[in-house]
Amino acid sequence: MGGSDPSGRLVRPFTLTGGRTRPSRADFTLITTVTAADPQPESAARPQPEHTRILRLCARPMAVAELAARLDLPVSVVVIMLCDLLEAGRITVRPPRSVTTPDPDLLQKVREGLGRL
Amino acid sequence: MAGSDTDARASADGDAPDTVKILIAGGFGVGKTTMVGSVSEIRPLRTEEPLTMAGLGVDDLDGVEEKRVTTVAMDFGRITVSDDLVLYLFGTPGQQRFWFMWNDLALGALGAVVLVDVRRPKSSFAAIDFFERRGIPFVVAVNGFHGEHPYPVEDIREALTLPAEVPVLLCDARERESSRDVLIALIDLLIAQAAAAS
Repeated sequence: MGGSDPSGRLVRPFTLTGGRTRPSRADFTLITTVTAADPQPESAARPQPEHTRILRLCARPMAVAELAARLDLPVSVVVIMLCDLLEAGRITVRPPRSVTTPDPDLLQKVREGLGRL
Repeated sequence: MAGSDTDARASADGDAPDTVKILIAGGFGVGKTTMVGSVSEIRPLRTEEPLTMAGLGVDDLDGVEEKRVTTVAMDFGRITVSDDLVLYLFGTPGQQRFWFMWNDLALGALGAVVLVDVRRPKSSFAAIDFFERRGIPFVVAVNGFHGEHPYPVEDIREALTLPAEVPVLLCDARERESSRDVLIALIDLLIAQAAAAS
């Protein structure tokens, strides 16, 4: 691991996957949010038809489970395609909020939102 | 490309909302999807997962004897809490043989609602046991048959041997407000736990 600049982070396309060059299925939970990159990278190869469908659906942010339901495909299959899309720089990914120690502000926000229903 | 009115490529994922989830669990046919549907802003969606892919390492395709494909279905809904926060509600698969799915589902959940059928309270034992063992906060919501509640909360608490700290509510999963109040009770429990822990 020699040669990395101690003062700055390595900025690579896969910072969201913890520095791995190959995204893994573990990066996509059911409620991980996926958004199509806009504009799409020009250099990338033409997306396959199923990939194009995904990109169209997540022109606005959409959770993995919702993508799978709308594509009528198993989550595990969609995740494999999302790995490819992430690798090609065609999507950005936002992991869900960590709730190991729930943030009181977050809980309050949920409560207020439910109160408005 | 409807609605992409800003050019914010660099922060595209920053524009995505935060997401959290709550599980709706309970015995088969207890009204989980009904509850999800009554509060969700979208009609409940369904994902189906082939059992072998969901449960096992996928790479090993030797198991020819496992050719028979079974799928496990999950219904879920969504509530947009605010501009930047979306709550997902996942109905857990009710059949006992799909319990292993729950580990994946439970990962990262805020907490759970265990729905109880007033006519068959013990069919929700397994769900209660699951969340107790894993220390996942939950409330118990007794779904009345046609909205009727012949038994008081305390009788149900006793029948299910629930400790005093687990909230038990009567509800009608068909009613939006009733289901919403169950979710609020769970959030109140979480807020109380967070306050006690700090």
